[in-house]
Amino acid sequence: MIETRPRTMAPGPRGRFVSWLTTTDHKRIGILYFLNSFLFFGVGGVFALLMRTELARPGTQIFAPHAYNQLFTIHGTLMVFLFIFPVLSGFGNYFVPLQIGALDMAFPRINALSFWLLPVGGLTILSGFLTKGGAAAAGWTNYVPLAAQGRTGEDLWIVGLLIVGTSSILGAINFIVTILRLRAPGMSMTRLPIFVWSILAQSLLVVLATPVLTAALMMLFADRRLGASFFDATRGGNVLLWQHVFWFFAHPEVYILILAAWGVVSEILPVFSGKPLFGYRGVVLAFLMITALSFTVWAHHMFATGAVELPFFSATTELISIPTGVLFFNWLFTLRNGKLRFEPPMLFALGFIAMFLIGGIDGVWTASPAVDFALTDTYWVVAHIHYVLFGGTVFGIMAAMYYWFPKITGRMLSKRLGQWHFWIQLVGFNLTFFPMHILGLRGMPRRIADYAPNRGWTFLNGLSTLGSYLIGVAMLIFLVNVITTLRKPRTAPDDPWEANTLEWATSSPPPPHNFDALPPITSNRPVYDARHTAARAEGTS
Amino acid sequence: MSVSETIADERAVRGTSSPILGMVLFVASEAMFFAAFFGVYFTIRASQSSWPPKGIEAPKLGIPSVATVLLVTSSFVLQAGVRAIQRGQTRRLERLLAATIVMGLGFLVLQVWDYSRSPFGIRSGIFPSLFYVMTSLHLAHVAGGVVFLSMILAQSRTGQLSLERHEPVEAGAIYWHFVDVVWIGLFTAFYLLTR
Ligand code: HEM
Ligand SMILES: [Cu+2]
Repeated sequence: MIETRPRTMAPGPRGRFVSWLTTTDHKRIGILYFLNSFLFFGVGGVFALLMRTELARPGTQIFAPHAYNQLFTIHGTLMVFLFIFPVLSGFGNYFVPLQIGALDMAFPRINALSFWLLPVGGLTILSGFLTKGGAAAAGWTNYVPLAAQGRTGEDLWIVGLLIVGTSSILGAINFIVTILRLRAPGMSMTRLPIFVWSILAQSLLVVLATPVLTAALMMLFADRRLGASFFDATRGGNVLLWQHVFWFFAHPEVYILILAAWGVVSEILPVFSGKPLFGYRGVVLAFLMITALSFTVWAHHMFATGAVELPFFSATTELISIPTGVLFFNWLFTLRNGKLRFEPPMLFALGFIAMFLIGGIDGVWTASPAVDFALTDTYWVVAHIHYVLFGGTVFGIMAAMYYWFPKITGRMLSKRLGQWHFWIQLVGFNLTFFPMHILGLRGMPRRIADYAPNRGWTFLNGLSTLGSYLIGVAMLIFLVNVITTLRKPRTAPDDPWEANTLEWATSSPPPPHNFDALPPITSNRPVYDARHTAARAEGTS
Repeated sequence: MSVSETIADERAVRGTSSPILGMVLFVASEAMFFAAFFGVYFTIRASQSSWPPKGIEAPKLGIPSVATVLLVTSSFVLQAGVRAIQRGQTRRLERLLAATIVMGLGFLVLQVWDYSRSPFGIRSGIFPSLFYVMTSLHLAHVAGGVVFLSMILAQSRTGQLSLERHEPVEAGAIYWHFVDVVWIGLFTAFYLLTR
């Protein structure tokens, strides 16, 4: 490739560091999101391995119950709020402006602020470990009255999440304005890349759901520190209210955590099948339906309280599986008769489909109150959330990493290491989480540090722990792949995968101003169109 | 404004300007924030046999009524300011903005005065919890609005607002009207539905 980009003056190491701290370039902010998210992923992951080590066999070997409670609380919190959501926002930051042919986000400085609030919020939560009584220990769902009794760590958790929530709301507003206002000429809404649609839907959910979490956190804080009694039944409050308000936020939140991964997969499958996405409009419609429906199902997390309208919430929950099913069929029909290329991004995307299918079916089971009464708060639910969030979203994140790494860094990740990473992650993941279904059916409750040896849970727990170490190995392979690749020269072509969307129409990595020139946009695959026009022109000359 | 910001705006597709759209979304988010509190309010209220619960005296109407009139009027004043700048009358905008800010400050003073005369503290039960948390969060929003409007006033004073560039005023007005509407809801919930 010929070097055409104007070289910016190379600043000294100090200047370079400061320029990262003060940057408002969406691409650099995207990279900051990745770094920050993967750091928190590392911490959350180590916590998970510690928990699995404790659970490998009966008896308390390393952690007393209170320490264990802190581990799973902070594990869940970091994974949900400081890894999955931010890393998806990182992809959004880097690729939404590129995919719509814009120069940057609509509000670059607010964008920088949204990012910097994240490490602040995350460290606030983690700083709970330094206080007397330790970090928050009431689970990521933070039910009262347990949450009302926690020590300082609980307050830090509340404040940290308030900061993280603010960050995500500002970020989401920025995405929506960017997508609605800064599209390049020709980029109509029906030509919007499907990933951009997913970020748009996700951002809508963030704008409307996250403030409800903010409200819940403020009420809890008022109860704990100011003497209010929102959740204190002895003083006129209502304990279940926390669950209502929390899940009104947190069910949309689970879709916030998956939509962008659906977007990524819907982007990758067509590229590596050599076909357009099957039923583009159907996929968009499914995204929008799920966005709307996700506000109507929250109490399926509360069936066992006996205080919610079972038929209503069961029905709305089952309804969500219809648009979700539509997505599956669109993906399968995209693959049908395609010329499949099993590059690492494709492997992870296929893994996503299979694992997410299992997770979705797990969910449908518990959407039936009769079944849920038996399974709620058992390891079944842990299996479900990990099949959707790890088998689903994390596989999607990895697909996106392998897919976009050449664009971000100008270097291709190793295919061989990518294959090792994929297969070990797939095996490790299933070994870890599949047995949890059976453990759940055998009645093992979630969130316990120990269990009796005579329950028939020991072997499956051992298996699960083994699997979790395999996941650790897979992540190390990924890390090695990233580090060794970053030390190689920049040899990635502009469009290594023969892809469809505008980010592949610029250099790898893109120049600060993103594009020297845009191809004409007459469909939702402008780069595909340009490639084929060029090929035809060559053919005739 | 950074270079990329200006250029990005020039390339912007049709429709409302970015600051206004951003403000509409922000207000939508804020609306959900207060909606959560109102949801809690009505859930609790429905579970009580009397409201306010026995032993809690309903807050008095006097000062808050004056405060309500002040805040609602200020919305109209600010809207007149929006119309002024849309016709390019910056001086008139500045006068109306200043009046809005003064009324907002007046609201804050009245509200704090009302707190100081309140017959109950936040620890006295669920009604006081709702009352203090909801009204003080609203108070913070009014205070934020006063700061925001003052910044817009400063922008106008330094000649940054004109017939061509007045989105900040409109964005500020959207926010201010929203805060006003929330207050009407709070006034109804805590002063009217408690008689
Ligand atoms: C077909 C779609 C789905 C259905 C029908 C469904 C249904 C359910 C139900 C009924 C529960 C409550 C189980 C209980 O606590 O007893 C649940 C829990 C959960 N679901 Fe789903 N779900 C679906 C998809 C998803 C997706 C896509 C995600 C995230 C990406 C997700 C994340 C979660 C999480 C995190 C929990 C557990 C929360 C906790 O208690 O810690 N679900 N799901
Ligand atoms: Cu749910």
